[in-house]
Amino acid sequence: MSRLSTEHLLGIKYISEEDIHILLETAANFKEVINRPIKKVPSLRDVTVANIFFENSTRTRLSFELAEKRLSADVVNFSASGSSVAKGETLTDTVNNILAMKVDMVVMRHSNPGACVFLANELKKYPKSSHARIVNAGDGTHEHPTQALLDAFSIKNHFGKIEGLKVLIVGDIMHSRVALSNIYCLKKLGAQVKLCGPATLIPKHIETLGVEVEHDLHKALQWCDVANVLRIQLERQDIKYFPSLREYAMKFGINKKVLSKLDKEILIMHPGPINRGVELDGDVADSKHSIILDQVENGVAVRMAVLYSLASIKE
Amino acid sequence: MQQEAKTLLEGKGLELVLHRLCLELVENCGDFSNTAIIGLQPRGSLLSANLHKRLEKITGKSIKHGILDITFFRDDFRRGEEILKPNTTKIDFLVENAHVILIDDVLFTGRSVRAGLDALLAFGRPQKVELLTLIDRKNTRHIPVESNYIGLTVDTHAGQKVQLTWNEDLNELEKVTLFTK
Repeated sequence: MSRLSTEHLLGIKYISEEDIHILLETAANFKEVINRPIKKVPSLRDVTVANIFFENSTRTRLSFELAEKRLSADVVNFSASGSSVAKGETLTDTVNNILAMKVDMVVMRHSNPGACVFLANELKKYPKSSHARIVNAGDGTHEHPTQALLDAFSIKNHFGKIEGLKVLIVGDIMHSRVALSNIYCLKKLGAQVKLCGPATLIPKHIETLGVEVEHDLHKALQWCDVANVLRIQLERQDIKYFPSLREYAMKFGINKKVLSKLDKEILIMHPGPINRGVELDGDVADSKHSIILDQVENGVAVRMAVLYSLASIKE
Repeated sequence: MQQEAKTLLEGKGLELVLHRLCLELVENCGDFSNTAIIGLQPRGSLLSANLHKRLEKITGKSIKHGILDITFFRDDFRRGEEILKPNTTKIDFLVENAHVILIDDVLFTGRSVRAGLDALLAFGRPQKVELLTLIDRKNTRHIPVESNYIGLTVDTHAGQKVQLTWNEDLNELEKVTLFTK
């Protein structure tokens, strides 16, 4: 049956493998739509989407807004700076006020892990007044489900499959919501996942999620088909996890020299924004091995699929 | 529930109808240089592929053929219990200023054709759009839409269903049946 097992997209952890397949298949149709001369379809007419961003974002926010507009939704934008949040309003109050304005969907980014789950639970208290669907656009170090879906979509587009592929996630795993969502998503789709980074940036007991850990970058790259390189999230690091960016770049930075030592070609991905010269060198990011800009294009299609699928069920 | 089945078209009769539709198209479209035929997904696409093959054989020319998905343009979004699942769209030619023949298997309420017209406009502004349907169900329209080319007109009511049966390779139409509950 073609319907999602969930009302909200709070994280990949909470959705099934079947849900992921539905979303990826629908995204393929939307990828065709956004390459048409007229890229807009009327599916979400009369659906109002609030983009509530309590944390900075460029790519994700633009991508969601584009997806909403291409689906003909009405869009309201909200960012924490310049709003009543600065005056001390709580998350629940802010969102309830927005929902009272009859918003159908909320796309939220927040710096606290679990903020979207909290919000979904809050909404359950008012089942009559609010049927709003919630989409997590990144909550602290917890999950970033649409990024994981677009990464999976990009890998599938390139290789034609995901099952059985070897995917390496390199970098700051500890502070990365992209890493956690990617692990859940790739494991559910049958890929092998390995993590690589300094010991201080790999959470303890991460192996319980069914992934392996390798601290030697060359060995890890030699093993994989795809390397998803993560950004060093200095803004989330309250203490020093490694001596210097220079040292990090020397041990875990991916550049042409590192790749030339491999006896095969691998695919390079990065969720952006890139710290050029730290986790990834410019010449690799701009090379034919990289599908970073494909990821950005696919992001719009995947987010259209998420919004379309969540909105499509009768309230 | 027991269904009563009545065969509307099969064998020689079906073959004649398909051939006649092609000849009508040839008569009205000239050398097909500015004409494209586009099947509405999901069921019109098989019929359009079949007619396309016949037309190329009759004219000896290469004719533009596409398939168009109407899912995102349907008017029943958010009204059912399931996600409306999209199909593939493939139109790799310019629709702008072209003469387009939309093809669907059955004309029933007219809502699919309405959605098809909207979906088509996303690819440009055609000079002219016409509609070909194999079966035209009379007295069931919700929207004022009529076909330009009709295989067979049938008196039906809303409780009935028309079904096309294709061979295993989905390239030859075997018969058309009317089911009554």
